Amino acid sequence: MGKVIGGLTTSHIPAVGNAMANNLEQDPYWKRFFDGYKPVISWLEEEKPDVVIVVYNDHGLNFFLDTVPTFAIGCADTYANDDEGWGIPTTASFEGDAQLSWHLSESLIEQGFDMTMCQEMKVDHGCVVPMNLMFRHLPTWPCKMIPLAVNTVQHPMPSAKRCHDLGKALRVAIESYPEDTKVAIFGTGGLSHQLQGERAGIIDVEFDLECMDNIINDPDKMTALSNTQIMEKGGTEGIEVIMWMVMRGAISPNVNLLHKHYHAPISNTGAGVLLMTDGTD
Amino acid sequence: MVWKKHDYDDLPGTYVFDGERTHTSYNLNKMAFSFNSPENRAEFSADMDAYCRKFELSDEQRIAVLEGDFPALLRLGGNIYYLAKIATFHGMNMQDAGASFQNITTEQFKQKLENNAAGFQQHLDKRGGYWNG
Repeated sequence: MGKVIGGLTTSHIPAVGNAMANNLEQDPYWKRFFDGYKPVISWLEEEKPDVVIVVYNDHGLNFFLDTVPTFAIGCADTYANDDEGWGIPTTASFEGDAQLSWHLSESLIEQGFDMTMCQEMKVDHGCVVPMNLMFRHLPTWPCKMIPLAVNTVQHPMPSAKRCHDLGKALRVAIESYPEDTKVAIFGTGGLSHQLQGERAGIIDVEFDLECMDNIINDPDKMTALSNTQIMEKGGTEGIEVIMWMVMRGAISPNVNLLHKHYHAPISNTGAGVLLMTDGTD
Repeated sequence: MVWKKHDYDDLPGTYVFDGERTHTSYNLNKMAFSFNSPENRAEFSADMDAYCRKFELSDEQRIAVLEGDFPALLRLGGNIYYLAKIATFHGMNMQDAGASFQNITTEQFKQKLENNAAGFQQHLDKRGGYWNG
């Protein structure tokens, strides 16, 4: 049977991708940020997921504003990265798991989440930067990857609660897959940042740490927030934290927290890392 | 016909990208999306004005694109992720754009980010349980 072996959260900003491409991990600006990923990388090496589901948002590579799916899932055998127009290096393609993707789609739709299913899906930095953060030291991607895109570009966007509920349904879907498959979930993006307007440059450390604590211990406090409340504190692009809630929903109500890391600023953001597995209820 | 008001309209210095904004700036963002292709970037670089006209930008939008006026492009409905694809032609990144929205230098903008995050490790110590090297 399918099994959720754990979930993690990470930033996905392009500046991190460029730092990796330029081998800046030991640079004073970046060192503490990258060092904080070592426990997560070790955990992935030990647990060896068969598949990772990367919950991210597309920033104008695969989806244009002509068609904006609220929740989209890749249902292909492979996913390619491609030119985003401003110079971030592209990476090797990813192997998908179409059978699992179609099972997840069937189960999620049966549970009331009307996914958009994509048989061709280019994955942008939102998906690729997290994969590079975890696996770039290896010669090839060590596991399959399924992209799950959440609209965090154009309002109206799904609520934190809806994302959390999607995660719960995703767990049910994974656990009903007939083949033994170890699945890890990556919730990506965030934390506080605003790229636009006179208010650009928001970093709210207290809000970020409050979000991280609540996601670990009391996710209902996160799901009680409206998207406007999240944007007010965490900035318009900080809304990406709703994607962490998809990961959180896929883990048991009580979690076993293995790692908690925060650094700021990283480019324009507060950057948080969580690694969690099922706890005992 | 009316655009409905939203609670986020009151957020200061913030341009929430919703139906009203995306509807009024569709061509501008569509042009920016076309810059994913190197052929289109070359065509735009060769004659920016003609390329803007091809996408039927308004005069205001076209002038703002040509001048690299990002505060104007934001007011005219540009989405920040799509504006990033335009910014690169003006030698700008998201931090340069962030600075331009406030009419400060990029160095000042970076300092603002540092100031906002200053002392974060004390917050981590207070809450406890964070990795710290």
